[in-house]
Amino acid sequence: MSEYRLEMKGVVKQFPGVKALDHAELRLRPGTVHALMGENGAGKSTLMKCMFGIYKMDEGEIIYEGKKVEIHDPMQALSMGIAMVHQELQPVPERSVAENIYIGRYPMKKLLGFIPVVDHEQMYKNTEELLKKVRMHFDPKQRLGDLSVSQMQSVEIAKAVSADCKVLILDEPTSSLTSNEVEALFRIIADLKAEGVSIVYISHKMDEILRISDEVTIMRDGRYIGTWDAKELTTDKIITQMVGRELTNLFPERHNEPGEVVFEVEDFTSINPRSFRNCTFNVRKGEILGVAGLVGAQRTELMEGLFGIRLHSRGTIKYKGKELKITRPRDAITQGIALLTEDRRATGIMGVLSVADNISIASLDQYLNMGIVINDKKIEQLVQDNVQKMSIKCPSSKTQIQSLSGGNMQKVLIGRWLANNPDVLILDEPTRGIDVGAKYEIYCIIEELARSGKSIIMISSEMNEIIGMSDRVMVMCDGRITGFIDGKDANQENIMTLATQFETAPSAAV
Amino acid sequence: MGKKLNGKAVVKWLSENVIIVMIVLASIFVSTQNKNFLSINNIRNLLSNTAVRFIIACGVSGCLITKGTDLSAGRAAGLAACLSGILLQRADYSGRFYPNMPELPLIVVLLLVMLLMGAIGAANGAIISFLKVPPFIATLGTQTIIYGACLIYTGAIPIGGLRSDYTGLATGYLGTRMLSNVTIIAIVVGLIMWFLYNKTRYGKYMYAIGGNENAAEVAGINVNKSKIKIYMLAGLLYGLTGFVLCAKSGGCSVNTAQGWELEAIAGCTIGGVSVNGGVGRITGIIVGVLVFEVLKIVLQFLGVDSSYTYIAQGLVIIIAVALDLRKYLAKK
Repeated sequence: MSEYRLEMKGVVKQFPGVKALDHAELRLRPGTVHALMGENGAGKSTLMKCMFGIYKMDEGEIIYEGKKVEIHDPMQALSMGIAMVHQELQPVPERSVAENIYIGRYPMKKLLGFIPVVDHEQMYKNTEELLKKVRMHFDPKQRLGDLSVSQMQSVEIAKAVSADCKVLILDEPTSSLTSNEVEALFRIIADLKAEGVSIVYISHKMDEILRISDEVTIMRDGRYIGTWDAKELTTDKIITQMVGRELTNLFPERHNEPGEVVFEVEDFTSINPRSFRNCTFNVRKGEILGVAGLVGAQRTELMEGLFGIRLHSRGTIKYKGKELKITRPRDAITQGIALLTEDRRATGIMGVLSVADNISIASLDQYLNMGIVINDKKIEQLVQDNVQKMSIKCPSSKTQIQSLSGGNMQKVLIGRWLANNPDVLILDEPTRGIDVGAKYEIYCIIEELARSGKSIIMISSEMNEIIGMSDRVMVMCDGRITGFIDGKDANQENIMTLATQFETAPSAAV
Repeated sequence: MGKKLNGKAVVKWLSENVIIVMIVLASIFVSTQNKNFLSINNIRNLLSNTAVRFIIACGVSGCLITKGTDLSAGRAAGLAACLSGILLQRADYSGRFYPNMPELPLIVVLLLVMLLMGAIGAANGAIISFLKVPPFIATLGTQTIIYGACLIYTGAIPIGGLRSDYTGLATGYLGTRMLSNVTIIAIVVGLIMWFLYNKTRYGKYMYAIGGNENAAEVAGINVNKSKIKIYMLAGLLYGLTGFVLCAKSGGCSVNTAQGWELEAIAGCTIGGVSVNGGVGRITGIIVGVLVFEVLKIVLQFLGVDSSYTYIAQGLVIIIAVALDLRKYLAKK
């Protein structure tokens, strides 16, 4: 038996346009917590999905308990004792807690000696024991959808534990938890560790990593950078390894000068009582307003409300004192607002269409001859202008946008909005899933836009980005705006304080 | 193309176009066996059969490109055919539906039929857009409703005794006998559709909705309005299909154009319109419909019982969609 429970060596995974993993490695010892770190897009989740059989590796091997194995699907991974709690939970909210835990592998019994049926009694009994094991107390028959996000996560962990796992992957488990819930999670992790389970812990939160992990593996741009004993590491060391260069040039120098208030939102409230409410804020001309908050703070929902994607029950939006009437995205666009959405693939790109089609779709009215015929030359000009201005890497304007890398897709989408020359740009997680180099380029574009007098609202979940790019930071928690901090004074602590202001109140079940 | 031809690329092309390749090979084989296969009459028939089906396929293509479908296409064309026939019967025909009706100009009947079918199409679009009924179910419902309405209206009586100026529309030709008027009409429709799909906002919005409906809405496209327009245009084309088909057949019944929606979907899919949405060209649809018609004639020349040809056609439809989806699955 080797000293490792599981080894991944030389893992390569290619997606159209990006090499997500480039000879990544990971070595897990039994009974340890192994932190896997790296920036967004460094390939952590991809590597874990390869281990869990969701993705097929292009190259590389997995050695599990001394034997070379091939993992084809999650069912196989589970049967081998590898379990994963996903970044985005994938529960079935309409069914009971017990059914969610035993989905796909229900305990069976024979009715009349030969008809196989689900043994509900056994299932509920097992579930109760499991929940006790993860220090949770709720009824196995309860509908999962009635639980809070953190409770659902506990159920996911219980599910992993029920598979008698030897390797447990936790992908950003604390991103939506309050500090009390995080403590509860850490106790469960300690229990599992004592039982000899190897835990892979993916997180961005340095303090957590340094506190609970035994070893740390750092990845950058899909490559393996190294593995360290957690005791040897400090926050600074980790960041330097993750980013791979000095922190000083992570963000461009800023020359934009915020002017007078132009965009005003007052008492903006969703029709959903659990979503955004009583939101009042403003943005200056040439200002970058960072919007911080934890997952579930309803930041995206607020912006989608302003843009007419979601309904609001009351509140006003004004630009230069004039009230805007917005009931659908078209209204927002014609009145000078643009929204770069959070999820590029779901609500941004039209994957099978060309770069030219994608970049021109929101501004076609400008390229018409005689009011009807689309002038392809003008669109080609638009593409070329943007390719030059933002150094977009694409073979031709006819290339399908889905074959571009995340950063280039994002630039095309920014180009789509700039074609309408908007006054207010709302950027929701503009650098999510984009590699480090392209991030810097996007920051430069944002700075330049602010300098040219546009008002920028930038939602980001990356603390560095918020602190490094904002003239002013607006913090949200539980659907409400909890405060504003001047960009120069913003730091991790004062932002987190505002972002967790209502955490003692019962967190809204999603 | 500038790309190097290598074995892998050839195999890939062949596997993606296997249906077209097989049918072309089969037709070459048949033409060596039977001289009539390449006779002017046969080609003329092939072209005008393709022409009518191309018009209906153009209508369905817009629905497919937006990730929808239109199963009411065939019955709508059937109702259009019955209406056209009824309104264009000879004054001296004993079984005239409206014995005392004055003779209406062809163009009036054509417009009337097209507008009615356009209205039905718009209703399809509205049901899909506003009531959020999946296109498959919505149009399956309207398909049945249209058939019922057609049965009630015609009393299931076959419609014959058409005016000679009406039937002459189909038998006439331009220049060469190969190019029947029906073929000419289809060419004009093809040109208009090509223009709409490639050179107007209508087309760009249609592809965008098919590519990613949510993104299209965010980009400021009124998705509901666009869909209604697309289904309405489809309806207009079913009206034209019915009008031409009745003239070409010299009569019709409630079963005219029954099942044509499937042929139209098959033609589109063979021609590269993806059921995953966002992809499809008019030129591809021409090839797809033509290939499907060639298949029928080839089977006929090979002496295959017409009952068996249905089985062959069904298989071809399944294979075409499977091949199309494989292109997308391979990317995961």
